[in-house]
Amino acid sequence: MKKLLPKTIFILLILAVWQFLFQLNIWPDFLFPSPRMVMITLIEGFKDRTFIFAITASFKRLLIGYSISLLFGLMLGVLIASFQLIEDTIGPFILALQSVPSVVWLPLALLWFSMGEKAIIFVVVLGGTWNMVINASTGIKNVQPVLIKAAKTMGVNKIHLFWKVILPAAVPHLITGMRLSWAFSWRALMAGELIGSGDGLGQILMWGRDMGNMSLVITVILLIGSIGYLTDNFLFKKAETIVLNRWGLNSK
Amino acid sequence: MNLLNIKDLNKNFKQENENQLEVLKNINLKIKEKEFISFIGPSGCGKSTLLNILAGLIPASSGQVMLKNKLIQNPGNDRVMVFQEAALFPWLTVIENVLFGLKIKNIDKKKAYQKALDQLEAVQLKNFKDSYPHQLSGGMKQRVAIARALVIDPEILLMDEPFGALDEQTRLMLHHQLIKLWQDTEKTIVFVTHNIREAVKLSDRIIVFGSNPGRIVEEFKIDIPQPRDRENPTLVRIENKILKLLEKEIKKQGENTYEKIAT
Repeated sequence: MKKLLPKTIFILLILAVWQFLFQLNIWPDFLFPSPRMVMITLIEGFKDRTFIFAITASFKRLLIGYSISLLFGLMLGVLIASFQLIEDTIGPFILALQSVPSVVWLPLALLWFSMGEKAIIFVVVLGGTWNMVINASTGIKNVQPVLIKAAKTMGVNKIHLFWKVILPAAVPHLITGMRLSWAFSWRALMAGELIGSGDGLGQILMWGRDMGNMSLVITVILLIGSIGYLTDNFLFKKAETIVLNRWGLNSK
Repeated sequence: MNLLNIKDLNKNFKQENENQLEVLKNINLKIKEKEFISFIGPSGCGKSTLLNILAGLIPASSGQVMLKNKLIQNPGNDRVMVFQEAALFPWLTVIENVLFGLKIKNIDKKKAYQKALDQLEAVQLKNFKDSYPHQLSGGMKQRVAIARALVIDPEILLMDEPFGALDEQTRLMLHHQLIKLWQDTEKTIVFVTHNIREAVKLSDRIIVFGSNPGRIVEEFKIDIPQPRDRENPTLVRIENKILKLLEKEIKKQGENTYEKIAT
């Protein structure tokens, strides 16, 4: 709560500077809207449900793509951690893929799946998968050997060892992978929607541009940022803290 | 009756320079049922390696270990091991940790829970059954680890320097508890330590290991009943004897390293 005061002051300060710049009248209103205009667009957008529909549509794609990338990433991660040959061959490839911004795949996706749902989900999957692969394989490789030894002397078989010991022991890394994957999927989704049409938030951003409505553009940018911040801060960071605490990895 | 029979056992590790390092050489040892036996020796004498071989976690290079009439080749819950790091599963509560081995044994759920609870009571941690390991002290964690091993009802409890990371006070308390558990359950315990006083206080028999190659140097029998008084002259005498033996071994080890550096 103590931190709330400086935060509020900071936001008020930004709004004040914004309002000040607006009143200098350097740019026309439609190119540089006032905070009030953005506020009205935001309220109107929620009132006529445009934003609600857009956010729902975006989240639907995100959840589908994100789930696929988690599943895919986990499976690949397990394979890489289990087989040296796979690590030596696919490992470097994954690192290279991870450094490719996922929007780069869009032209390919559009040709393969044509405009629409599938192309965007494809891009989201490619955005989210690689971080999950890397974190899953690191997590599984770094399971404390003594935990595995302890389980073995208690008589576990290989399947039990994987599901009941190795996988849960890797959870701290898996959570980090899930968090990064989410962030990258979200970015990929917005990029995909901007170009690949559909009816999500990204597409509303494009309408704003086409109609010369900067107020709408800024409102959507704020929405994208807020959603990203809120999910990361209230969903993933919370989960991460709980896990790190329970696994005894939190130094605090 | 002999429970465990170690026969002509050798263990070599391949070193980087392709030379074979003799970790254990020609080990012959019989361990009786209900015996509390300790392995003691300088670091690198192979005492922990031998324990790992008994657990079936690593294979011997030659020779064999028989448990009753069964050849030991793999880990199994007839020989459960307790480690220096308690090795509890941090995502499970105390009682869930204790239940881990029972679930593998496919014991009826209700029965298993009651067993786990009783075992926790035996190590005086029943009130902490729903705590997570990170909420426990080092000594408490080790007690949970012992409970988790004993609840499986193994033939042998293998302990690899289980109290090595604890402070002296906690260690003394756990000695007391372990002896009581050992007397109540009549388990066979193989206990690896580098603490001479600990070995003398707890064991029926102490096997002193030498290093380079790792081998059995001498064996001490102690028939003084538990609980033992530290000041007991027989114990003090044995303690001093072992100390001298180990000093000799460590000195030899030092000369060996010196020779290696010199050449």
